[in-house]
Amino acid sequence: MTILEFFLWSLLKVAVVTVVMLLGIAYTVLLERKLVGRIQNRWGPSRVGPFGLLQPLVDGAKSFLKEDLIPTAVYRPIYLLAPILSLGCALISIAVVPFGANMGPHGFDLFEISNINIGLLVILGVTSMGVYGIALAGWSSNNKYSLLGSLRSSAQLISYELALGLSLVGVVLRAGSLNLRVIVEQQATLGIATWNIFGGFQFLAFFIYLMAAFAETNRSPFDLPEAESELTGGYHTEYSSMKFAMFFMAEYGNMINVGCVATLLFLGGWTSPLGNLMPPLQSTLVNALLPIFWFVLKVFLFLCLYVWVRGTLPRFRYDQLMNFGWRFLLPLAIVNIVGTSLWLAYR
Amino acid sequence: MHLILFFLFAGFCLAGAINLLLQTHPINSALSLIVVMTSLAVLYLLLGAEFLAIAQIIVYAGAVMVLFTFVVMLLNAGREERTLGSRAASRVGFPAVVALFAVLSTILLRAQGLGSAHLGQGLTNAPGQSNLVLLSQVLFHELLLPFEVTSVLILIAILGAVALAHAEGSKTGGSERMAEK
Amino acid sequence: MSFLQHDVPLSWYLLLSAVLFSLGVIGFLIKRNLITVFMSIELMLNAVNLSFVAFAYQWHEVRGQIFVFFVMMVAAAEAAVGLAIIIAVFRARATLAVDRIDLMKL
Repeated sequence: MTILEFFLWSLLKVAVVTVVMLLGIAYTVLLERKLVGRIQNRWGPSRVGPFGLLQPLVDGAKSFLKEDLIPTAVYRPIYLLAPILSLGCALISIAVVPFGANMGPHGFDLFEISNINIGLLVILGVTSMGVYGIALAGWSSNNKYSLLGSLRSSAQLISYELALGLSLVGVVLRAGSLNLRVIVEQQATLGIATWNIFGGFQFLAFFIYLMAAFAETNRSPFDLPEAESELTGGYHTEYSSMKFAMFFMAEYGNMINVGCVATLLFLGGWTSPLGNLMPPLQSTLVNALLPIFWFVLKVFLFLCLYVWVRGTLPRFRYDQLMNFGWRFLLPLAIVNIVGTSLWLAYR
Repeated sequence: MHLILFFLFAGFCLAGAINLLLQTHPINSALSLIVVMTSLAVLYLLLGAEFLAIAQIIVYAGAVMVLFTFVVMLLNAGREERTLGSRAASRVGFPAVVALFAVLSTILLRAQGLGSAHLGQGLTNAPGQSNLVLLSQVLFHELLLPFEVTSVLILIAILGAVALAHAEGSKTGGSERMAEK
Repeated sequence: MSFLQHDVPLSWYLLLSAVLFSLGVIGFLIKRNLITVFMSIELMLNAVNLSFVAFAYQWHEVRGQIFVFFVMMVAAAEAAVGLAIIIAVFRARATLAVDRIDLMKL
């Protein structure tokens, strides 16, 4: 495979994955509105298209065509930079996520944009850069609600990043690698029984990851940065039209990223829940598409869990949030690491 | 390819560092420092240090610089005033910088036996061996004691930061303590 | 397509590190805001780290990279304490200009 072919194939992969990711973000919004609607005993969007399926496209067109207001007192360069930074960080992580078995022409990995040996750390690094979008948005808006929202959010993200990172250490210890493909393949043999969450005894880690992930993506019950009743809108109070939409897309993009990581690390990635118990199929097409089906299904179920929690639980208070993160999740994560390493050492 | 990437990111580095000096608002300086740090991470990657590259992003760009921007936002630091600066800096400092740079660059440019960096080559030439494995073997076998001592140092730093930020009553203590963590 | 295979001499990396270090020193001397002065110190640390990584590559020696790792950890601790000190100074003096925080000046 020459360099030019490699370049063209990679470009194709990037284009396809980006389009799918953006569509996924749009339809995650619809999923949330529909599910929350049902939880609250109403229909959710149902007028545009069959079952309201065209609603995300109409929403997108609306925010695109709205007048773009920039308040006079904002610090312009950073005010304009912040939403781009936020959305960019949300879209980059998908580049190292493998969503299918390693197959393609001439050993070219068709179902992952780049297969690198520090994939997990790259996701963590990109997540840690995402703080800037929110922090700078709040500061440059020159509005006290925005500033309070962004200060809350930065403190929350920094605090929960620790618990998030430490909860993943157990999985990494078990796999002995940071390559996401290796981590998934290590869970593949017996299906659901060897998934890290059950067979690997990482249930505690999954619980910590889930809590930290809710906080990392600013989702309910930890959605303090945009607590409407206290802060009008939090860090994006001064943003409108497409710039607001970019923050909105970044939030849902991060939800999908978190779902992808949970699927890869705890739920066996693209492998089937039956593992090797299911007889291998002959058709190449089915062998290529079935893993993608499992992967998408797992991420979809994870997103449904997200929405379910949002529709059910009330918001935490700020001091409760900090206490929960520092005094409960962090020690628990350390206990999990110690337990896992002892188990691995004396097995 | 290596040459292009080197020039691109070395250029970003230099531009960021010069912008750090030219900007008067601390938040702009902080942002240009983030640019310098992320492009340095790419340069580490070119030199086959992938773990350090991502540690640079997570630790420096993602944690240390967040603290900096946090403090700038919290203290609401405005534009700095241009003053003449101290006499010692202008009489001794600048000549010293020029001398330092001259000495360093002559030594580096005349140094014999420095090889050249080839893209895709890590520390070992053995295929398949990750830099990460090598790094952790040395770190957790030979250098275990320094590693543990550093972790104690960080613990002390956290306690010190909390004590310092909390010393003056509890006027605005809460959020700052969170920042220091 | 010969430029695709071209290697970069290590001395260029070292030179870049020297330039960054000098820029950091200049920043330390000319900047008048306490936080920006502190940032210049971080720039110097980063410049030194680059030369460590380049030398580690030259000698195929992983200890050079581990040194950078330790520098990063110590820098994180330093940043936490340093910023706490800056906050304490700001509380006491209500200014960040280094010209006004000169009680220890001769």
